[in-house]
Amino acid sequence: MADTVQGRSGSERPAARDKEGIRGGAGVALIHDSATKHVTGEAVYTDDIREPARLVEVHIALAERARARVVKLDLEPVRRAKGVVAVVAAGDVPGINDISPTGTGDDPVFAAGEVVYHGQPLFAVAAGTVHEARRAARLAVVGYEDLAPTLSIEAALESQSFVWPEGRMQRGDLEAARGRATGRISGAMTIGGQDHFYLEGQVAMAVPGEDGDMLVHSSTQHPSEVQHMVGKVLGLPDHAVTIEVRRMGGAFGGKETQANLFACVAALVANATGRPAKVRADRDDDMVMTGKRHDFLARYDVAYRDDGRIEAVEMELAARAGCSADLSGAIIDRALFHADNAYFYPAVKLTAHACRTNTVSNTAFRGFGGPQGMVAGERVIEEVAFATGLDPLEVRKRNLYGEAPRDLTPYHMEVTDNVAPELVAQLERDGRYWERRDEIRAFNARHPYFRRGLALTPVKFGISFTLTAYNQAGALLHVYKDGSVMLNHGGTEMGQGLYVKVAQVVADELQVDVGRVRITATTTAKVPNTSATAASSGSDLNGMAAQAAARTIKERLIRFAAESHQAEPNEVEWLPGRVRVKGDEIGFNELVSQAYTARVQLSATGFYKTPDIHWDRATGRGRPFYYFCYGAALAEVTVDTLTGEYRVDRADILHDVGRSLNPAIDRGQIEGGFVQGMGWLTTEELWWDDQGRLKTHAPSTYKIPAASDRPRVLEIAFFENENREPTVHRSKAVGEPPLMLGIAVLHALSDAVASVADHRVCPRLDPPATPERVLMAIERLRETK
Amino acid sequence: MRHTLRFLLGHDLVELGEVDPTQTVLEWLRRDAHRWGTKEGCAEGDCGACSVVVVRPEGGRLRADAVNSCIQFVGTLDGAQLLTVEDLKGPDGRLHRVQQAMVDHHGSQCGFCTPGFVMALYAMDRRGEAVTYETAVDEIAGNLCRCTGYGPIVEAALAMRGTEGAGEHLSGREAEVMARLEALDDGQDLMVGKDGRTFHAPASLDALAMLYAGNPGAALVAGSTDVGLWVTKQDRPLDPVIWLGRVKELRRIEERTDAVVIGAGVSYTDAMAKLGEMYPEGGELIRRLASVQIRNTGTIGGNVANGSPIGDSPPFLIAADARVVLRYRGERREVAVEDFFISYGEQDRRPGELVEAIVLPRPKPTEHLACYKISKRFDQDISAVCGGFRVRVEKGVVKDARLAFGGMAGTPKRAKAAEAALVGRPWSEDAARDAAAAMEGDFRPLTDQRASAAYRMKVAQNLLVKFWYETHGEGGQIRLVGPRRVVHG
Repeated sequence: MADTVQGRSGSERPAARDKEGIRGGAGVALIHDSATKHVTGEAVYTDDIREPARLVEVHIALAERARARVVKLDLEPVRRAKGVVAVVAAGDVPGINDISPTGTGDDPVFAAGEVVYHGQPLFAVAAGTVHEARRAARLAVVGYEDLAPTLSIEAALESQSFVWPEGRMQRGDLEAARGRATGRISGAMTIGGQDHFYLEGQVAMAVPGEDGDMLVHSSTQHPSEVQHMVGKVLGLPDHAVTIEVRRMGGAFGGKETQANLFACVAALVANATGRPAKVRADRDDDMVMTGKRHDFLARYDVAYRDDGRIEAVEMELAARAGCSADLSGAIIDRALFHADNAYFYPAVKLTAHACRTNTVSNTAFRGFGGPQGMVAGERVIEEVAFATGLDPLEVRKRNLYGEAPRDLTPYHMEVTDNVAPELVAQLERDGRYWERRDEIRAFNARHPYFRRGLALTPVKFGISFTLTAYNQAGALLHVYKDGSVMLNHGGTEMGQGLYVKVAQVVADELQVDVGRVRITATTTAKVPNTSATAASSGSDLNGMAAQAAARTIKERLIRFAAESHQAEPNEVEWLPGRVRVKGDEIGFNELVSQAYTARVQLSATGFYKTPDIHWDRATGRGRPFYYFCYGAALAEVTVDTLTGEYRVDRADILHDVGRSLNPAIDRGQIEGGFVQGMGWLTTEELWWDDQGRLKTHAPSTYKIPAASDRPRVLEIAFFENENREPTVHRSKAVGEPPLMLGIAVLHALSDAVASVADHRVCPRLDPPATPERVLMAIERLRETK
Repeated sequence: MRHTLRFLLGHDLVELGEVDPTQTVLEWLRRDAHRWGTKEGCAEGDCGACSVVVVRPEGGRLRADAVNSCIQFVGTLDGAQLLTVEDLKGPDGRLHRVQQAMVDHHGSQCGFCTPGFVMALYAMDRRGEAVTYETAVDEIAGNLCRCTGYGPIVEAALAMRGTEGAGEHLSGREAEVMARLEALDDGQDLMVGKDGRTFHAPASLDALAMLYAGNPGAALVAGSTDVGLWVTKQDRPLDPVIWLGRVKELRRIEERTDAVVIGAGVSYTDAMAKLGEMYPEGGELIRRLASVQIRNTGTIGGNVANGSPIGDSPPFLIAADARVVLRYRGERREVAVEDFFISYGEQDRRPGELVEAIVLPRPKPTEHLACYKISKRFDQDISAVCGGFRVRVEKGVVKDARLAFGGMAGTPKRAKAAEAALVGRPWSEDAARDAAAAMEGDFRPLTDQRASAAYRMKVAQNLLVKFWYETHGEGGQIRLVGPRRVVHG
């Protein structure tokens, strides 16, 4: 048999939904719009933009204490050093020295007075080259008066030190439910954080203009917020600041708020010097000074029946928010929203804390707290399985959401689009779960020290920003006289294929080839007041906004065609590349040209807001999500019980993307998300020393998956489904949900570990399941034999 | 003595009279050559985004190696052809088949790592050897991608040979490039510099030995896979820099009846092939210890000379009872590898003395030798614990044992108590377990970001048990990765 990557053929949906006649409508598996530029090196990232004359390069100098008062900051030697053009610190901020995204006032650009984490920016040096700036920065004389830092979640809980009010959800009568149960278990687990490790580090280039204007090229998921922050630190209104981003070299949530710092420092230097300024963080500095996925401590208490049905769950989630609020409030909420994963809890009480610690302020990361809540929920399932002696898959199936009354979430939202039971059953069957379970049992009985493990875990992920206001988007569409189309919208391109998907929506709406639609850089000057490209919302929101803009122009053209033929608009047939009216066919270009001459407006904005969603944090009730995405993964591993090393042999994935806008892009999101989730739960370990210094701050010490870590067999299939809600072409979001498919790998490892004690003891394997964690869990279980 | 650095960028001759001795190839490309296609991902040789291909004449043909431009100094390009992602597209605008395969298989998402992958795959494609799943994932082990999960890239690697695309503009000019590079190889010592700091590339071993003896404070650079980071991460103003890359004597592998002598300038890639023939386990260890890009430039000589407490190759070398050849001016001496490491940061090497070669004894039939590298990730990861074990078993009894570890102490070190517990005993599981228990007296490992002390000790002990499992009975499929990996179904 030819050596192929298994599972990469046959599972893509056929391109049947391509409208006859146009190339690249909705549903077609187009390549990424920048693919050829990626492979030739012609794609321009922020650091590749042709540099303006007299550019200065900026280095940000970092604090070397976890918590201290800065009693001395002598920057004179820095200013005098070779090549230095300017030095800026907290006192040099003309506006407000704060870039907290939620207005909490606890995120200074530069530490002022007190340092609150090791690696916090203290000052910035601008020089002819970044090398000169870095060498000069070492000359600063910094005096610290050490204060006692809070370095762990436990310590923050102990001192009740939080950055945000606690989150709480409750439903049903816990005591009564516990009375119905036959068993009860409580436990705790820690869940590791994760560095984004976008390949393109944080970068911004600011170019000063006239009248104090500032143009910033920023690698950001959230241009409007960067615009506002730059305005705030410079003391300028938003209209004086323009933020532009053509593409990012990866982001994953790490450039939602974290790009603010770099853009603001670049703008501060440009403002102070009158010269263009570029800030590009060295990888190590980037990893030290920017926030990551929150690590969590989860305490759980589950009451269950002998048949594996859960009766009551009480859970307390504590997240390491770090030194400031950032987005932690919404992140702990999303953790709570997903602590049920796909399971119905008859009675439930969930609380979450955002713990203030003297470590970097944690931030958005693909899933936004949801994955951590889900991992805790899956631990609860696992505990019940070991307590009842049932196979974990049986326990999972028995607790999936179902018909009313088993359709109510802990936040009192009815799950009306549930496909988890069918989806899990299909994967169980197609993935031959039970046959493989038998094969593995036989292998494990045979081999002296290898153990194999298997697990199938579902995913249910809620789609919408839980802050309702963010669920809006705008687009701008121009049709030029020659019939070419320019598309702009508020979404940003970070590799996820948003630009091509939205262009496909527009091409489909106008019935023109997608190649006719020019995709342009996201800029605050074209579409204002945009939301972050986050929460998997990019194509849902911007696709709808762009579609609305296209519809507006299309309707004008239809009206024009009708009028010019003395017909009613409903007599105009809109066909691929042309219209037909009263037997007369007019090509799109000709129609546009005639419409221009007749003074028809060929430019339109489009706007979209997600309907029907609301959320009240105070009562813990609402419909925060427009819909849910579903998926499931079946993972198989082999563990060396002498070393704790392991290999993921195979994964089978079945995922619901609704009606795919672009199956090739969606497939890429699923595969990449799975591997990223697997990395989070296995080899990616963040390790701080007792001084609060992050010691895993480079790829030499922080290990994301490499090519050989990918399962040799990785089968991916789309679950046949369409969005029940009227989303753009009935598609579903795909950015975040697949990350949580990686949870299957953690549970497969746990299954292999459990085999050393004949599956009698829950291994309580906390992620990241490094070889060390795996071996230590094995040793622990061996002692129970 | 020549004072001009000369190399080809694509097919254009570049001559530089003024060269910062520690400017990296990546920085030169982006700042001076205005080639922005090559990206910086980490500036430490760990992500591969900056991968370029360096072509040199070797044995009458051109050899093309992917390397990390972020930690290579521009002076090391002397006499080479440098190819970057900009060189791949044909003059008619057609994509190279490697690029086309990446496009066809959706091998890019954000695209930032992509030029590096393209160049790594181009080097593979150019070598002409069979591409299988296993060789493809090894080839790109040093290229990190955070978006795709690698499947589409592996698929592109498997498909690239059968993909239509440009290529003639490169392959059709190889003879010309060969002639031009041979003409550049003038055998003269090179010295270039900038602002008073100098970069030297002596062309003979004698010239190197004299130069280094006269400049004992110089930074000796072979592959700069470690020294590169002194510059990119620590801003160290190295001066002078002496590069070993033009010293042909150091790049030799000499076959003796009882041993093989590996010159200090032999890359891991070249050493791996020879080692793999003699010691399959040593070859696999070299494959594991670094990515293709690092293996193409890094050397065993450098790995020994820089005295890392983990080392990775030293535990194997100690187990195999290898020796280091040291050279000071005209004088040579040999020291056992295990004795070369005195304490953390201190080696048995006087100022101005350089590591010239490693003498690796050939294996004997009664010996079992195995290497184990324990790390969070299989590929391109620094070990938590690295073990190199050799036992000589005669008539079922252990006659000799050498159990060497990296990551367990301040230097690579033998577990003498464990060895003593083995020698004279029948080679049995009990003996292995007793030796493992005795190891508690050998080491007091540290806890750090790679592993806890407890895990280091436990896994080091278990490795002895694993060694026993692997060396009695049938052997066979016993590892999770590599040639002896277990295959299910």
